[in-house]
Amino acid sequence: MNTLKKIRKREVTQKAGKPIYLDYQATTPMDPRVLDAMVPYFTEKFGNPHSRNHVFGWEAEDAVEKARTEIAALIGADPREIIFTSGATESNNLAIKGVSRFYKDRKNHIITCTTEHKCVLESCRNVDQEGCEVTYLCVAKNGLIDPNQLRETITEKTALVSIMGVNNEIGVIQPIAKIGAICREEGVFFHSDCAQAVGKIPLDVNEMNIDLMSISGHKIYGPKGVGALYVRRKPRVRLTPLFSGGGQERGMRSGTLPALLCVGLGEACTIAGREMAQESERLHYLRDRLYKGITEQLPEVYLNGDLDQRIPGNLNFSFAYVEGESLMMGIKNLCVSSGSACTSASLEPSYVLRALGVSEDLAHTSLRLGIGRFTTEDEMDKAVTEIVTQVKKLRELSPLWEMAQEGIDIGSVEWAAH
Amino acid sequence: MSYSDKLIDHYDNPRNVGSMDKNDARVGTGLVGAPACGDVMKLQIKVTPEGIIEDAKFKTFGCGSAIASSSLITEWIKGKTLDEASNIKNKKIAEHLALPPVKIHCSVLAEDAIKAAVEDYQTKRNEGPDAADSKEAEKARLSVG
Repeated sequence: MNTLKKIRKREVTQKAGKPIYLDYQATTPMDPRVLDAMVPYFTEKFGNPHSRNHVFGWEAEDAVEKARTEIAALIGADPREIIFTSGATESNNLAIKGVSRFYKDRKNHIITCTTEHKCVLESCRNVDQEGCEVTYLCVAKNGLIDPNQLRETITEKTALVSIMGVNNEIGVIQPIAKIGAICREEGVFFHSDCAQAVGKIPLDVNEMNIDLMSISGHKIYGPKGVGALYVRRKPRVRLTPLFSGGGQERGMRSGTLPALLCVGLGEACTIAGREMAQESERLHYLRDRLYKGITEQLPEVYLNGDLDQRIPGNLNFSFAYVEGESLMMGIKNLCVSSGSACTSASLEPSYVLRALGVSEDLAHTSLRLGIGRFTTEDEMDKAVTEIVTQVKKLRELSPLWEMAQEGIDIGSVEWAAH
Repeated sequence: MSYSDKLIDHYDNPRNVGSMDKNDARVGTGLVGAPACGDVMKLQIKVTPEGIIEDAKFKTFGCGSAIASSSLITEWIKGKTLDEASNIKNKKIAEHLALPPVKIHCSVLAEDAIKAAVEDYQTKRNEGPDAADSKEAEKARLSVG
């Protein structure tokens, strides 16, 4: 922890005068210790890990295999079950399309849920067009699926269940151990997109009966552009690869491995495994401070998603009567993300919030606050002050707030849609 | 997305924020947009007997561009006749604030808000208790002219 404290101290001085980063679910800064581990592989140890005939290749291969072992250790897997990819998007594509295509002659049904990441939903849509049936489970108001409903949905044609570990917008933790147990009983493969879960909550692929797991590098203080897919060997999961090529990664993912990125991902996993418990405790403390600071000073603020079944690094609030993008513009020193339509090209408010049953007008007022390894207490206090001040200011500017104060029910007004 | 200095200035220091008595015969109120769409503008104008907008107030729920557009129009319409105000085009607003293409609808909404406020004022005048009187006066003025 001493090195970590030193790093945090250095970060604080480096961050002075800069905006406060509260978007840890979008990406995380790379841990300087990860960078240190990667540095030799940029220049001196540049070999191709697949070169079998010289020392440069062997050196790179050793490094990649060490990294594979480190990733496996974090999730209780065997190193031979780890496939390197370019990131969680590729891992999710490979898991869903790969399993669906391989087994489609025997089984042609996939179950997922409405709040999954876009890359899971789009992959499912893709296999749907290829003739595989997809069932989308709904979530309850707290963002969680009902395992019993899942059990009822499984048929003898079901090949795969894909449910994420932790949601990227609202941070809620799905009951993956229960889901895994059901899938195992029913003889169905269980894939979990754990991009937001790995390194944040304890995971064990055997205890949780997970057959495929997607992992991302840049969500766990590792490098961008690298990820992994865990693929169970016993009972063996088979998949049709997405890429044609040299047959690397046991034929499941062709392409030369970027040894330096693999090393970075391995180191990030080692640090996460070692420091998870203390980090989680620290983040819980910081998050409670943020949560209390905001909710005790502002009325009509609603938390989206379950508070208890949630990673400590995430809060997602709807600030009624204040539009999300204008709030982001006001909190100039805070870097956050919003579920408001105005921040996306689609002009639709967040589909995740809509799936929870959050009304469209409240979805427009939502803000995601993500904290992590380098967030400090001082930053939390500054964030609270800035958010509270701006929400108050924008409510004074809001005709909806005024109407609500006059006792007018916004829902009863007939609005002219445009 | 980066915004123009003019837009940020209007967002940071919105002009003419507030409300007027909507039951006042001299006041016209326009309420446009919808919460579900992410923007609602309320624009109010106070009109002199000569038909000049002497004051304007707004409140807006919406993104920064929506707030800036409504703040800007309150400045523009003050001192104008109802006709002049109604003729303000959204394009002018968008140009002045350098709105990015995805935010053009904010300027459209601002244009709509002016039209709605003017219309509300005119409806009130035509239906109001002294509407008949003012029609008489109008006739008298015309016959004199």
